[in-house]
Amino acid sequence: MRFFKMKQIKDFTVVSNNRLDERNVLLRLSPIDGQMPAIKPGQFVQVQSPAKDNTFLRLPISINNVEDGQLWLMVQMIGDGTKALGALREGDRINLVLPLGNGFSTDKAKGKILLVGGGVGIAPLLYAGKKLKDQGAEPVFLLGARTASGVLERDLFEQIGRVLITTEDGSLGERGFVTQHSALQQEKFDKIMVCGPKPMMMAVARYAKSSDTDCEVSLENMMACGLGACLCCVEKTVKGNVCVCTEGPVFNINQLTWQI
Amino acid sequence: MAGLSLRNPVMTASGTFGYGLEFEDFVPMSKLGGIIVKGTTLLPREGNDYPRMAETASGMLNCVGLQNKGVNYFAEHIYPQLRDMDTNVIVNVSGSSPENYAECAAIIDGLDKIPAIELNISCPNVKDGGMAFGVTCEGAASVVKAVRRAYHKTLIVKLSPNVTNIADIARAVEAEGADCVSLINTLMGMSIDIEKRCPRLSIGTGGLSGPAIKPVAVRMVNQVAKAVRVPIIGLGGIMTTEDAIEFMMAGASAIEVGTANFIDPAVSGKIADGINHWLDAHSINDVNEIVGIINQ
Repeated sequence: MRFFKMKQIKDFTVVSNNRLDERNVLLRLSPIDGQMPAIKPGQFVQVQSPAKDNTFLRLPISINNVEDGQLWLMVQMIGDGTKALGALREGDRINLVLPLGNGFSTDKAKGKILLVGGGVGIAPLLYAGKKLKDQGAEPVFLLGARTASGVLERDLFEQIGRVLITTEDGSLGERGFVTQHSALQQEKFDKIMVCGPKPMMMAVARYAKSSDTDCEVSLENMMACGLGACLCCVEKTVKGNVCVCTEGPVFNINQLTWQI
Repeated sequence: MAGLSLRNPVMTASGTFGYGLEFEDFVPMSKLGGIIVKGTTLLPREGNDYPRMAETASGMLNCVGLQNKGVNYFAEHIYPQLRDMDTNVIVNVSGSSPENYAECAAIIDGLDKIPAIELNISCPNVKDGGMAFGVTCEGAASVVKAVRRAYHKTLIVKLSPNVTNIADIARAVEAEGADCVSLINTLMGMSIDIEKRCPRLSIGTGGLSGPAIKPVAVRMVNQVAKAVRVPIIGLGGIMTTEDAIEFMMAGASAIEVGTANFIDPAVSGKIADGINHWLDAHSINDVNEIVGIINQ
């Protein structure tokens, strides 16, 4: 018999739903019973979308922030399930399974930590940066987007640490991809944490390897259960196929078999 | 049922509930009649490549391919964590020849807290064996015959729906000494990414589960109920108490909850409670009164 429950099924109320740009919203949620579970940066939730008729499974969504008894989820509206989440209104109820996955190793990190995010992949870096700052590390954010309006939550990142930006069209920060930012050539980091599209993460992993910097990436393989039962979301690692939902979503790049 | 003492008719389906340990935060195991743990093979298997899952209308396709660390790892490292679980822990066994099915079953026969195995002759996602045995009467009979000699406790045989006549297969495994049949495993399906012009799953096809397959499963349970005397465990798209009752009325003595565990990890316990409430509300004292009631 276990007396301490780690994972929970929990109802939340939507406190607010703010549109960040044409594709993304920020949902602020409050647990109905007022009890927020302990959450580590980089962990995720499985959300039951209100569009139940069109989406069968829960949707895995990374945790953007935990603040003032509220849980923040950044949702990119791409399919029926995420569009229905984007249409939620203040006071609506939503059911989550949480907290899931391992998270970034922020608790052990010291020194200057580079947090690299692309697009909606920046979501877990806000909470990670906050935790790093709280424990005396120096978070530096490197955020990439196609264009200026895609650099989400910029003001919030700036409250926590230095923010470096690249946009593909050069409308904000340096022009190009995150791996082309001048800071990568000029500075040395103690650790790198990355979340974003796989090609971007692989490019950053390549930089980390070449500069001999410890590096963690957050994967988003397609999942069904989120609990390590169905074995659908596996990633090839040095230990064989492992579930991203329980052994990840965060992996040190030396655990992966990426050709970098 | 079939030599098993079940607290209630609700079990969890192999491959959807891990080893039960993954769900201990959500369901007290003492609420369940039994749990059927992951497909286990004689030797370790890495399973198929990613992607292994595609969501479909009212269901999902998977092609996991029996990823597991092998029966010896199970016996040494996992069984010790399960032996004190307060429910029937049943192991799903798969293989690639009658001999290695039997060898795997014989090792599990020696684990005193495992009262039964569920023989998987119906996995659609492996090239070697699996469903190949479950789609002909001869193939199914050959595996059950070999395992029956090596395994002395309750032998459940899980049947494939990907056959012309499931009742014939059920009769064939009953004749070789199966104590019970469970059905249905997943229905073989395919889904295509039209932009990439390729299948969504790494091996092309996969097994369809979820409420999309429930009417097929209920029909097959009813068909098999009319063909064999051994008890039946019904599964295939059970999401609610009402779904479970439907399977029982079709002829199932017990049921397995599968894909529903992914959406509500606590659902198996809710269905166990729900069946009791339903029976009370209908003034039925013994759940067996409704088993196969539509055939009477």
